[in-house]
Amino acid sequence: MRRIALALLLAGAALAHAETPEDRLSGVFAAIESNEIETALARVEGLLRDYPNFRLAHLVRGDLLLARSRPLQTFGNVVKTVPQERVEGLREEALARLRARQRPADDLLPRYVLQLHPGQKHAFVVDSRRSRLYVYANDDGRPRLIADYYVTLGKNGVEKTRQGDQKTPVGVYHVTANLPRSKLTDFYGSGAFPINYPNEWDKRLGRNGHGIWLHGVPREVYSRPPRASDGCIVLANPDLESVGRYVQVGQTPVIIADEVEWTAAAELEAERSSLAAALEQWRADWASRDTERYLSHYSKRFASGKQDYSRWAAHKRQVNAAKRWIKVDLSGVAMFRYPRERDFVVVAFAQDYRSDGLSNVIKKRQYWIKEDGRWKILYEGAA
Amino acid sequence: MLKIFTAFAVALCLAMPARADDVQEAAKLLKAGQHQQALERVNKALAAKPRDPQARFLKGLIFTEQGKTKDAIEIFTQLTKDHPELPEPYNNLAVIYASQGQYDKARVALEQSIRTHPSYATAYENLGDVYAKLASQAYNKALQIDSSNTGAQNKLSLVRELVGGPAPAVVAAVKEPPKPPVLVAEKKAPEKVEKPAAGPVADPAAEVLKAVNAWAEAWSKKDAAAYLAHYARDFDPPGNQSRADWEKARRSRIEAPKSISVSVASPKVTMQGSDGATVTFRQTYRSDVFKGTSSKTLVLVKADGRWQIREEKGG
Repeated sequence: MRRIALALLLAGAALAHAETPEDRLSGVFAAIESNEIETALARVEGLLRDYPNFRLAHLVRGDLLLARSRPLQTFGNVVKTVPQERVEGLREEALARLRARQRPADDLLPRYVLQLHPGQKHAFVVDSRRSRLYVYANDDGRPRLIADYYVTLGKNGVEKTRQGDQKTPVGVYHVTANLPRSKLTDFYGSGAFPINYPNEWDKRLGRNGHGIWLHGVPREVYSRPPRASDGCIVLANPDLESVGRYVQVGQTPVIIADEVEWTAAAELEAERSSLAAALEQWRADWASRDTERYLSHYSKRFASGKQDYSRWAAHKRQVNAAKRWIKVDLSGVAMFRYPRERDFVVVAFAQDYRSDGLSNVIKKRQYWIKEDGRWKILYEGAA
Repeated sequence: MLKIFTAFAVALCLAMPARADDVQEAAKLLKAGQHQQALERVNKALAAKPRDPQARFLKGLIFTEQGKTKDAIEIFTQLTKDHPELPEPYNNLAVIYASQGQYDKARVALEQSIRTHPSYATAYENLGDVYAKLASQAYNKALQIDSSNTGAQNKLSLVRELVGGPAPAVVAAVKEPPKPPVLVAEKKAPEKVEKPAAGPVADPAAEVLKAVNAWAEAWSKKDAAAYLAHYARDFDPPGNQSRADWEKARRSRIEAPKSISVSVASPKVTMQGSDGATVTFRQTYRSDVFKGTSSKTLVLVKADGRWQIREEKGG
């Protein structure tokens, strides 16, 4: 009996602890919706006691107080003399946070996370329209939503192409480093996680710029408006710290989309197995030393570094002809569909290559596209 | 902006004891602006009956008018403790707190005032103003607007007329005192103002008034440059502000509201030689967001042939 009581107590404590400032803000909005203004005011004041730099909460409190003195015209009923863009930023933040209360349905997954490899414990998916970062846990290769956070993205939106365009890139990236607070100025808050923009695909398209990070916020604010960074993905400091606990440098995928495409798990599974089959066929054809069959997996638009398709083909024909046997094993396969591009998938794996000549183990990355209904390789290189 | 109560409710007035003549006389003196005499009279009443709430209340009012805020707070606070059933002392405490920019305290006091008398229209009205003020502070925090300068602080609007005797549901609507001829800083006003003063020979006092009037007019027109030009080179900004910071703050205060009207009422000019003057008057400031009346003193000097403000003291 005592044990049960204790368990309940602990559960209660955990629950109270789990209530984020955003949860509490939405509790304020819920009270407003049911016209319990006193409750709303008490809640927002409690929230501000704990997070005195939560500007959006101050705005809501201002409205709740003003509503007692005169009817409100708008959300963020600030006198017209203040810079309207600042009010607008907070209004957008409120909308983004409110919209995010509607989480994707349980049976829907982002179309991008086809397969995680066993070493990748988590994947991040960023939805620009919703100003949200979703954290997926790796359940035997399949993604499972475990947390989500409000994020600030580039002032000018997404699809970064040029240095200084103040946009956040769209694509499949991964975390490349962990920069602790002690190495940064206060502007980055509780830490930073750079990602590998521009990746091979960006470079191939001539995109430039650098220094796209996930990072925190300066001390004097709790969060920033939805469109306010120079292209970075910015989280509230407590959120960045939570996200940081999921990060594995060099491993954790960060997939950024303008608007995430959600798909049923079954469809995702169908796509995953069609790709896995294509990959396995490529591996088997390579090991068979039937070079023409092996080359049939490559797109005519293939390019890797300075090699185009014909140079690549010539090189492979020459190498394979000299072999008496080849063995190829793939492990740790991860597959991510590329946002925005049509039928474009990033495949990464560890490749164990043995032959009567050379043997090596390398990490490889390939881009696969669908041409005439068949998956083909557009790029291949060391990861 | 906030209305201060100047009388008690029915019950209290009926309970009013001897020495009522002293209290009433003190009230008249206060109304006439004779604070010191009023204080003496009320002290006389209190000597006879130290716990008399009406006399204590009046003393609180006198202190408020004299700017002895701390003493006034003490009296009203004690009254709320001795007579928690009375809403007026709470209300007046709130007005004083609000005038100090302590809106949270003002809010608590007004809510208590309403709790004791839920039909208290004036307390509601005051509470509305306090909420608006709290809201604007919250907005400032939301938008990180520097609210450190206190130019828009509430001016305690103390009504001089004491409404005594049984009144319906307390003094909800406090009467405005009959207005003395007013120097209004609007277009029509100046001529009206200058006429009585302007004689055939240049009257220095009239010149001083003209300068004060022009100052109020520039303010009313939201012409910050013209307004600031009224201040002498050696004007000492309040607090530890630099001249530049003060000007910046004033400029934003003048330019922010949609409309401003500043009027100067019952001015008294005291000349100090031919190039110095002190003017005291009641200043009524109205904007789309704020209303307040206060007494003000300007010390002017004549430099470069113009009367300029060297000192500005709020009441």
